[in-house]
Amino acid sequence: MTVYWLCFILFLVGLYGVITRRNLIKIAISLSIMEFSCFLFLALIGYTEGGVAPIVDTADPVKTYVDPLPQAMVLTAIVIGLATTAMLMAVIIRIYRKYGTFDIREIKNLRG
Amino acid sequence: MMNPLIPLFVAVPLAGAFLTMILSRFITAIPRYMALAVLLFLTFISFWSLITGGDGSSVYTLGGWEPVEGVPIGLYLIHDGFSALLLCLISLVGLMSVTYSVSYMARYTSENYFYSLFCLMIAGMNGVVLSGDIFNIYVFLELSAISSYALVAFGVEKNELEATLKYQVLGVVASLMILFAIGFIYWSARTLNIADIRTVFSAGYDNSYYLLIQILLLTGFGLKAAMIPFHAWLPDAHSSAPSPISAMLSGVLIKAVGIYVIIRLFFNMFEVTEGMSIVITTLGALSMVVGVFLAIGQWDIKRLLAYHSISQMGYVVMSVGIGMILMARGIRSEVAALAITGGIFHMLNHAAFKGLLFLNAGAIEYSVGTRDLREMGGLAKGMPVTSATSLAASLSISGIPPFNGFFSKLIIIVAAVMGRFYFLALLAVVVSIITLASFMKFQRYAFHNVEPGKIRNDIKEVPAPMLLSMITLAVICLLLSLLALPGLRETVLSPATDILMDQFKYSSQITGM
Repeated sequence: MTVYWLCFILFLVGLYGVITRRNLIKIAISLSIMEFSCFLFLALIGYTEGGVAPIVDTADPVKTYVDPLPQAMVLTAIVIGLATTAMLMAVIIRIYRKYGTFDIREIKNLRG
Repeated sequence: MMNPLIPLFVAVPLAGAFLTMILSRFITAIPRYMALAVLLFLTFISFWSLITGGDGSSVYTLGGWEPVEGVPIGLYLIHDGFSALLLCLISLVGLMSVTYSVSYMARYTSENYFYSLFCLMIAGMNGVVLSGDIFNIYVFLELSAISSYALVAFGVEKNELEATLKYQVLGVVASLMILFAIGFIYWSARTLNIADIRTVFSAGYDNSYYLLIQILLLTGFGLKAAMIPFHAWLPDAHSSAPSPISAMLSGVLIKAVGIYVIIRLFFNMFEVTEGMSIVITTLGALSMVVGVFLAIGQWDIKRLLAYHSISQMGYVVMSVGIGMILMARGIRSEVAALAITGGIFHMLNHAAFKGLLFLNAGAIEYSVGTRDLREMGGLAKGMPVTSATSLAASLSISGIPPFNGFFSKLIIIVAAVMGRFYFLALLAVVVSIITLASFMKFQRYAFHNVEPGKIRNDIKEVPAPMLLSMITLAVICLLLSLLALPGLRETVLSPATDILMDQFKYSSQITGM
């Protein structure tokens, strides 16, 4: 149970970073921390104590297997996470070129 | 009955996106025709499926993985009454936006990227609407979200970049909340299929994580749908995007990936409980009221329209929430059906008139070069078609009789009164009046109100493709009001209400029980 709590705390650490940091790069890093806590959580769900890889052995079919589905989900989610991070970084670089700063307090053209 | 066209809703726009990128290297004019062809095809098959689908629904199993002993193991695409309406909406507004873009996007560079991302966004939304599997919903949601981040930033100027940054940060937080909730669902139910989750949850399940899952999902999809405490990104993103994209985002995207999924999950995946339905109704009523008050002080046309989107989505959510409360109490189910029908009807109407209003705003920006209402005036003479169509859309959104907005608001208010939610009915009327005031301001400052000495004779009407899509949407605004007629309402809107109201209809088609 402790690992699940640690995982949840990691999620909250990321959320805290997104809310409090003022540097765009640090916000992107915080989002990655949140993302990886989700991946860790999904990977933990599929883990079974003493389980082996889910390839059925005809000689001894009644073994304890780990659940393969969360692993497939994590792989998909990692690919999606890569795309979002790359997109965010591209936008941050563009913002740096236009505004000349990473400070979120100075990027305030839009309001109202 | 199985509809063989279902996978094409996702496959054709995906293929279109990739072919656009490859073929545009050889023929420069191909992207726009490719996108037009894809959207025309989608419009045709979505309406064909709506008409032939009738009351039933059809299930497509990807890869042919049939359920084993009533437990679904593959991925499912489900085309039922509710998703059929959304598919028609996406294709139709998408087709109009692409037609409009042919002229509008000509002044931007790298059009091929625009049309490719547009097709990807359509594929993502169609996937979300059709998918019967919660993780698959997440994947398609991200597909449409990432392409919409890129499309909002398409101008790559200061404002666009700032808007897309806000949109992305909040969008990623929302997606992660959804992913976290999916993790919890899989942990406790050991399945990802929406119908199967319903079966597992209702069959003697310990619901210690039930509330956490519901709140995480409501927050995540509420952020995507820009309900009021989560609305901060919407006015920036929707006003900075190119106008056809604003029309898509406001008209379709927040419905397909936000409202639609909230309704689908809270009706078909979770049991309708009174506590959660009161939360949803409150969120809806709050969005409705706060959205319109934020809108009334705006001078930027597109920001004004964006705030009105929040307000109008509030109507939809509040109306569906009233239906949920009545369902949870188990009383007056015919009033609950009326409220849900009203909500879905208003969702369709909002796509038509808000899409049209954003296209009008784009036309004004195209001809006049500004979005500030104070710098316009007297455009009615130079731009008669834009003026007339925007008048139709404004009357429609404020709920003036011959137009569609009147009938859906009438149904919502009647349902609220019949369900004895007098305060909510009063709020709906007051918000409608403020909306009317706000659009009087829009009409007056943009098209009439000629100050002496400031008459502009150099304003020209926009090119024909833009006019064509605006006129078509204005006609659709009028035609949609026909859906309020008794005969049509039963054939088009009732299947959607039935699939939501019936406890077992949705899950029985998957598990076969």
